[in-house]
Amino acid sequence: MLAFLVQRISQAVLVMFVISVIAFAIQDGLGDPLQQMVGMSVSQEEREAIRDEMGLNDPLVVQYLHFAGNALQGDLGTSYFYGKPTLDVILEHLPATLELVIGASLIILVFSVPIGVYAAIRPQAWLSKFFMGVSTVGISIPVFLTAIVLIQLFSIGVTVDWFPDDSGWGQWLNGALSTQGGLPSYGRGDDLTPLFGTWNSGFFSQGGILHLILPSVSLASIMLPLFIRLIRAEMMEVLQSDYIRYARAKGLSSARINFLHALKNTMLPVITVGGVQIGIMVAYTILTETVFQWPGVGLMFLEAITRSDIPLIVAYLMVVGLIFVITNTVVDLIYGLVNPTVKLTGKKA
Amino acid sequence: MKKLLTAFVGSMALAAAPMAMSAEANKELKMAYDADPVTLDIHEQLSGGMLQLSHMTFDPLLRWTKDLGFEPRLAESWERVDENTMRFKLREGVKFHSGNELTTKDVKFTFDRLKQSQDFKAIFKPFSELKVVDDYTFELVTSEPYPLLLNTATYIFPMDSEFYTGETENGQSKSAITKHGNSFASENLSGTGPYVVTGRQQGVRVEFERFDDYWDTESPGNVGKIVLTPIKENNTRVSALLSGGVDFIAPVPPTDLERIRRDKNSDLVTMSGTRIILFHMNQDRVEAFKDPKVRQAIAYAINQEGIAAKIMKGFATPAAQMSPDGYQGHNESLTPRFDVAKAQQLMKEAGYEDGFTITMMAPNNRYVNDDKIAQAVAAMLARINIKVDLKTLPKAQYWPEYDARAADMMMIGWHADTEDSANFFEFLTFCPDADTGAGQYNAGNYCNPEIDALVNKANVETDLDKRAAMLKEVEQRLYDDAAFVPLHWQDLAWASKKNVKIEPILNVMNFPYLGDLVVE
Repeated sequence: MLAFLVQRISQAVLVMFVISVIAFAIQDGLGDPLQQMVGMSVSQEEREAIRDEMGLNDPLVVQYLHFAGNALQGDLGTSYFYGKPTLDVILEHLPATLELVIGASLIILVFSVPIGVYAAIRPQAWLSKFFMGVSTVGISIPVFLTAIVLIQLFSIGVTVDWFPDDSGWGQWLNGALSTQGGLPSYGRGDDLTPLFGTWNSGFFSQGGILHLILPSVSLASIMLPLFIRLIRAEMMEVLQSDYIRYARAKGLSSARINFLHALKNTMLPVITVGGVQIGIMVAYTILTETVFQWPGVGLMFLEAITRSDIPLIVAYLMVVGLIFVITNTVVDLIYGLVNPTVKLTGKKA
Repeated sequence: MKKLLTAFVGSMALAAAPMAMSAEANKELKMAYDADPVTLDIHEQLSGGMLQLSHMTFDPLLRWTKDLGFEPRLAESWERVDENTMRFKLREGVKFHSGNELTTKDVKFTFDRLKQSQDFKAIFKPFSELKVVDDYTFELVTSEPYPLLLNTATYIFPMDSEFYTGETENGQSKSAITKHGNSFASENLSGTGPYVVTGRQQGVRVEFERFDDYWDTESPGNVGKIVLTPIKENNTRVSALLSGGVDFIAPVPPTDLERIRRDKNSDLVTMSGTRIILFHMNQDRVEAFKDPKVRQAIAYAINQEGIAAKIMKGFATPAAQMSPDGYQGHNESLTPRFDVAKAQQLMKEAGYEDGFTITMMAPNNRYVNDDKIAQAVAAMLARINIKVDLKTLPKAQYWPEYDARAADMMMIGWHADTEDSANFFEFLTFCPDADTGAGQYNAGNYCNPEIDALVNKANVETDLDKRAAMLKEVEQRLYDDAAFVPLHWQDLAWASKKNVKIEPILNVMNFPYLGDLVVE
């Protein structure tokens, strides 16, 4: 266990180092940060003066060493745009993203397990086929499109008048196809509850939860179908295995077989995949946050790129790298707990 | 008796009127712009967003009216003393947000600070000093006769000198202007404007509340609280308005104009803008561009009307010059020329019938539809056998390339900070000179000293009719010479809910006078 952690920590350090070097190496391609900071009519001389002052004219190696020296003391630089330490900026934006990810994960958890299990137990039922069909569509629609459609349907609302309004059925169809709208389409709203530090939570007020609905659903839309299919496939395989047949033969109730014996073994690979997917989710939050103007780290990162806010870009990449390392470590640990035969360090015991 | 009573009630009503006015300012306005102010220090950066903030939280000496005239604000009146001097009378009894009273000392402080500001000092270069006469009288003195004195005075938003003087806890000067990192002025604000900043999370929201002691009690404005949310994504901004999440959005993307026009709960306001979009043809890089016939051929080959109608969906005004209508140099006789046969003829005359290959660069996220416009222009040039190798870049990467003049044809959009034609010429067509900064963005390396001399002459001509004639001549000569390829002026659009009456407070400079906004 200890050896495992030591190994992971040294991996993390290596990852951080590589990311910082890459981020630094590409900064020339990210554009001129000064362009965002000065008006068009500022003369070249003035620009040079500011550039000197900011240390942008130093050779890249000098800049990197300067950065690395500070980074070792926990200072990841100051954001050009926010004028604050980059870590503070990221920590301010992180709660919004975490809540979005939690919201989406809850939706995934609540829907994927029952649907996946059901579809595995009754593969031929029309409902299973319906779910499988919908999930194929779900996987293939890009998340921003889902988001735009959701906004149109549930924030703006759609009035359908294709059918004659004077007949009973036409009125009913029009009514059934029209949506009211009214759900918030952007941001986190006004009623956030301060938890601790810079964490203001949207989970404790009606307004906050309403604001969470559409972005969470959009973010979940990409993962949910994947998990449903994964759980179904794993569950079907497990249901074919000998020990389940034996349990059936012993006359155990099918509820006990399905939900205790089979599900437990189904979840193992799902946890591994889930851990990796959390990392991928970070990438999808960028898209979701952009469409919903969700003030999280994803949106912050994208804007940092358009502004060439290099210190913030580097810091974000490093923080995300750290999150990847941590989630993977935690997943491995959980895996070890669920299935004690797995040896974490990969050495023979 | 009845008369007496009426008189009594009448006088009561009169006395209560100002009270009623301020008590009425209780409407809340949620607005979404594509960006939020980068700082609270109005001298840190010269940009549209910063001027919008200045008009909300400070007040200028005088400001532009809708028809590009001037209207007094903190300066009650002004008169010319001599060729180089203008005397201003300051309004009395104006309070800053801090409670301090406005005097000429604050104007002087602001003027000196502007002269220090990296972004503003160029604009204030013609001014030699600000002379304080007494507490409410001061004089602006220029080193030479300066026709744009009043234009420039619209940039003077007096700051609270007492508030911005001294040192912060960590020993930093409170008046310091810092481009990167924090300064006192970038986080604290005291102006005389209609709104006080009450909360700010950069990139997320800014909250404003109406200033109780605002001097302008005549203003019909009745908005007590404003929440500004930056929404960069066009679709999201429009959705926020259509779903009722916000009351006022800007800018409206051309693709959504129809959608908002159709919506029965929204109002759309559009205006022809003053930002010119154009292409430079680099004569240092391409031998053929030195020949005026080739440049004219290109001018004839490009269909401005078509671009404005098809790509900009009618949301642009086709241009044949830089000065928009209303500017002194605007020359009505210049209209877009589009004639492919003529263009081919000119190419033949110049000896380039078989054409040549050039490189072209344009940004892809700076101006409205910039990359699509560049593609269209490239396709149009193919018809006169000019083969274009086009590259479009995000703006952060585009400007370094632009400064390096990295392609034969490059796109730029320009708005004159002085709302005056000469500014276009100084930056875009003057013979490039690194020492004086002339022609800083002249990526065509076009150079005609005669034209430059004419502009310089116009710059010290205070007879505005004579000056206009000179600037019009400049436009004419640049047109004849095909010094650059003008495309169009970008139009402006704002949208609001029906009960938010934005039309009267909008202007072509795109700084809405939100203090005067009426919400029903």
